[in-house]
Amino acid sequence: MNILVCLKQVPDTETKIKINSTLAAIESSGIKWVMNPYDEFAVEEALKLRDKLSDGSKVLVYTLGPKARAVEVLRTALAMGADDAVLIDAPENLDPNSVAKALSVALKKESDVGVVFTGKQAIDDDCSQVSQLLAEFLGFRHATVVIKCELGSDKNHFLVEREVEGGSKEIIQIQKPAVIGAQKGLNTPRYASLPGIMKAKKKEIKEIPLSSLGVSDTDKKINFKNFQLPPERPQAKIFEGDVAANSVQLVKLLREEAKVI
Amino acid sequence: MAQILVYLEHNNGQIKKTSLELLTAAKKSGLDFCAAALGKGAKELASTASAYGAKELLTSTADVFNTYNSEAYTQWFGQVIKAKKPQILLATANLTGKDLFPRVAGRVNGGVATDCTSLELSASSVKVRRPVYSAKASVEVEFQNCDVKIILMRPNALEIKNETSAASPATVSEVALEPIDLKTIVKDVVKGASSKVDLTEASIIVSGGRGMKGPENFKLLEDLASVLGASVGASRAVVDAGWVGHDMQVGQTGKTVSPNLYIACGISGAIQHLAGMSSSKVIVAINKDKDAPIFQKATYGIVGDALEILPLLTEEFKKLLH
Ligand SMILES: Cc1cc2nc3c(=O)[nH]c(=O)nc-3n(C[C@H](O)[C@H](O)[C@H](O)COP(=O)(O)OP(=O)(O)OC[C@H]3O[C@@H](n4cnc5c(N)ncnc54)[C@H](O)[C@@H]3O)c2cc1C
Repeated sequence: MNILVCLKQVPDTETKIKINSTLAAIESSGIKWVMNPYDEFAVEEALKLRDKLSDGSKVLVYTLGPKARAVEVLRTALAMGADDAVLIDAPENLDPNSVAKALSVALKKESDVGVVFTGKQAIDDDCSQVSQLLAEFLGFRHATVVIKCELGSDKNHFLVEREVEGGSKEIIQIQKPAVIGAQKGLNTPRYASLPGIMKAKKKEIKEIPLSSLGVSDTDKKINFKNFQLPPERPQAKIFEGDVAANSVQLVKLLREEAKVI
Repeated sequence: MAQILVYLEHNNGQIKKTSLELLTAAKKSGLDFCAAALGKGAKELASTASAYGAKELLTSTADVFNTYNSEAYTQWFGQVIKAKKPQILLATANLTGKDLFPRVAGRVNGGVATDCTSLELSASSVKVRRPVYSAKASVEVEFQNCDVKIILMRPNALEIKNETSAASPATVSEVALEPIDLKTIVKDVVKGASSKVDLTEASIIVSGGRGMKGPENFKLLEDLASVLGASVGASRAVVDAGWVGHDMQVGQTGKTVSPNLYIACGISGAIQHLAGMSSSKVIVAINKDKDAPIFQKATYGIVGDALEILPLLTEEFKKLLH
């Protein structure tokens, strides 16, 4: 079967965010771009499944984004061991519905898709939507926040463990094909090997223009505006010295000043 | 037809606090609204929904709804939205809400704003804000080209006003799930070790990092948490070290929390940790290094040994609260 992974390139977690003058986006200069951390788990899970099956199954990675930079995230996945990569060349900041629509149209052309792995959320817009929307548009089952995923012995379903409220775990059986949103804990992503990196550099990446996927302006369901930095927190009250007296003081302030107790 | 549909969550008929936050907002908007609740005990929410002015409580108490099943829930909400045509759907941005409603949106031509931290609802406008870039910025969400605006609110983002007496009781309507061949089967729900409120919904969190020195000292955090009715969280460093489970991790690759009070003990305040808790209303930092970055985000801080300070705080809160 084909094992697909949908990836997103995002600003590195250490990135200092500056808002651009239109207030409609962040300043894009000076950003270090990396693979969305949750997507690393998705790639790893796909590779593990392929290697376990070892029946000729292939891992195919997709990303959607501006070609000039987004191609790098595919190279990273190829270096980790993915077999093939496809880039949907698209402008910055499409909304989740448009992204899911585009991916679904592209993915429908792939044959014998058993599973699509994604991250449970991308750490730029933090929307947590594309995985579920993609499943809906493909008519696949889905599970998000997945911390364990095993293909059943009949090779027709996945046994999935996902986090739910209260530190509990839900164990569900979902029939193939499925879209799985990876959470930290699912596995430990491998590092790219040196030969892997060399091979990935030479690999041809297939490109699809967004315009060929029938996504239109009316697919945009949400728009972000009025970007703001978080409000400055007032100067902290920090106590040094006698910890016993300070503890008494802190409890008093939480009660009387902050009124949270 | 109601303008708003509010999804209420409950434990065997006991409404969740986060759902009261949504009901308060719905009432305040002055718009017509109905409520939805599913599973065993759902009908018991009728009196609470009525007290806030809901016209109708839509429910199904079929067994399939006793635990969350994405296929069954999506189909049911699809049916209800198509029948009732609400312009707005309000629900909680918890793990269930975020798994379910984006898929529902795909089915009913909706738009979704997840993890919203502010909401202004009136007859003329819907204004929501939500954090982006791990809370390093926030945005206003504008809905376009959609039939229903789905707003998932972060727990503790909205105030609760208690309402007890209803002007008129809400009608309870059973909406049966249309036949469906479920390909998703919930096999088991393994309860977490703690019976406490989930971190994402907790109003007070006591959190520990590498400065706690070892897993055995998490007992000190548990003690303080039990006096405060709080939940216990952790930094990634201690999760990776295997001291506690991943479900306790707060931060970029853990949970995003927004309690009224977050007490960080022996946590340095790495940017990835801050990403998960910086929208807490009040932050207390306890750290022996006065230059630790966590103090820059804190409301209050004590410089010193967490292992020494925690028992002192627990004693002091005990005196205050018991
Ligand atoms: C992609 C990525 C994702 C990440 N995601 C997360 C995440 O989700 N959550 C997260 O937390 N981290 C995350 N991290 C890791 C993060 O960068 C830090 O390494 C981590 O938060 C540090 O944990 P800590 O504060 O417990 O430990 P340390 O940084 O080691 O800090 C320990 C602190 O305890 C203090 N201390 C020591 N002894 C005592 C004592 N006796 N009493 C009081 N204070 C004491 C020290 O002064 C120090 O400030 C991520 C990193 C990356 C690269």
